[in-house]
Amino acid sequence: MEVSMENPIKENMVLDSVIDPSLKKIPKIEAKGIKVWYDGFNAIKGIDMTIKPNTVTAFIGPSGCGKSTFLRLFNRMNDYVDGFSMEGKIKINGSNIYKKNVNVEELRKEVGMVFQKPNPFPKSIFDNVAYGLRIQGINDKKFIQERVVSSLQQVGLWEEVKDDLKKSGLALSGGQQQRLCIARTLAVEPSIILMDEPTSALDPISTAKIEELIFQLKEKYTIIIVTHNMQQAGRISDYTAFFYLGDLIEYNKTKNIFTNPEKQQTENYITGRFG
Amino acid sequence: MANAIYQREIINQSGSKMLTLCKNQLEKAKVAFREHDSDLAEEVINTENRVNALDLKIEEDCEKFLALYNPVAIDLRFIMAVRKINFDLERIADHAYSISKYVVDLDEPIEHELFEKLQFEKMYTTISAMFDHITKAYEEKDVKAARKVFKKDKVLDQINKESFAIIEEAIRKDNKVIRQSLILFSVVKKLERVGDLIKNIAEEVIFYIDAEVLKHKRKK
Repeated sequence: MEVSMENPIKENMVLDSVIDPSLKKIPKIEAKGIKVWYDGFNAIKGIDMTIKPNTVTAFIGPSGCGKSTFLRLFNRMNDYVDGFSMEGKIKINGSNIYKKNVNVEELRKEVGMVFQKPNPFPKSIFDNVAYGLRIQGINDKKFIQERVVSSLQQVGLWEEVKDDLKKSGLALSGGQQQRLCIARTLAVEPSIILMDEPTSALDPISTAKIEELIFQLKEKYTIIIVTHNMQQAGRISDYTAFFYLGDLIEYNKTKNIFTNPEKQQTENYITGRFG
Repeated sequence: MANAIYQREIINQSGSKMLTLCKNQLEKAKVAFREHDSDLAEEVINTENRVNALDLKIEEDCEKFLALYNPVAIDLRFIMAVRKINFDLERIADHAYSISKYVVDLDEPIEHELFEKLQFEKMYTTISAMFDHITKAYEEKDVKAARKVFKKDKVLDQINKESFAIIEEAIRKDNKVIRQSLILFSVVKKLERVGDLIKNIAEEVIFYIDAEVLKHKRKK
């Protein structure tokens, strides 16, 4: 069977906002009246948020403030958590992702995720990146080869691993492993990438590489990053959201948040006077 | 972060010290110049070393604070403002130094009539009041006090504007006073410049407290 170089699975979903710039004005993500409970614990108390396409948004706040919970709502990762329940609507590309008929696997192709600790599979570098394509049923070797190469190139790993593609992903350094995981996410061509503290386990050089990568990826993807590193939020994001005790305290352009925040609580947190 | 707050307070206190030191330098320079007191002028000249040392200390502390604590929001504005305020204060102290140098270099005192015609005392009283306002503004985070400076600066501008004709007339009347008239003219110019520097400081204090940028907005 001949397969074109276009993504055979997602022909109508490929980076809409890149193809049609007018779509950049339409919100990529719209969250309205979001409340989350873990059994009796009210983790998120009523948050509205709109995220524009091709932007980097940083979620900041002290541990337990709800930022990771809120992030994981966008690809329904909380569905597996015992006692999880929610209220409100989340629309991605205008569609409610919590509707009953939503295919969660399809959603996760659209909304990729990178975790705090690099988590490559115990497979070769090539197979790690090809993994998502293969489980989608793509068998075209040429297509997979092309996609693996382009994904590794996007994350700046190609030159470092091109002669060792059969080497285990676990044999790479921490920073390389994290870039490999990002390449694995990119291979299935999502339009949104969620990152939950992606550099907290990395050294400053690896961190700088990931930050540079995020800056470049913004052209094609909408990125949301949870970080405890205030300087990182300041460096890489266009918008910053400050969460506290399940509430969204302030959401504004990053420049405003870090130079002249509107809320005293935000200022206290980012200047380290909190509590 | 408690350490950051402590370090910031050290810089804050150094800023207050610099304000007081520079105000005193200017005040002593005035008395030395008006009374032709070369001993007091020497004191100002010698104290310049202390001003320079404090200037360097503040600069180093600010650099350390920026490098080690990565300040944001009000802390970032504070540190940016302190650096500029420190720079402006050091320039003010330089003017006090130059005025005192004139006293040492000038053989005879300047005629008091010339001081009066040029409203020399009024210039100094105005500068002293402006210093009080920026000190209050800086130490008590009082934006209103900072804004009072702008009006007062206009008094200095006006005196400076009128000084040329007064000096010209004095020289026409008596050419023996050419040297002292030119020195006095130069001092008036320096004091007018001191007013501008205090105005800059007021703008920095407002930026630090209210995040409002006034620079280049008040030219008209």
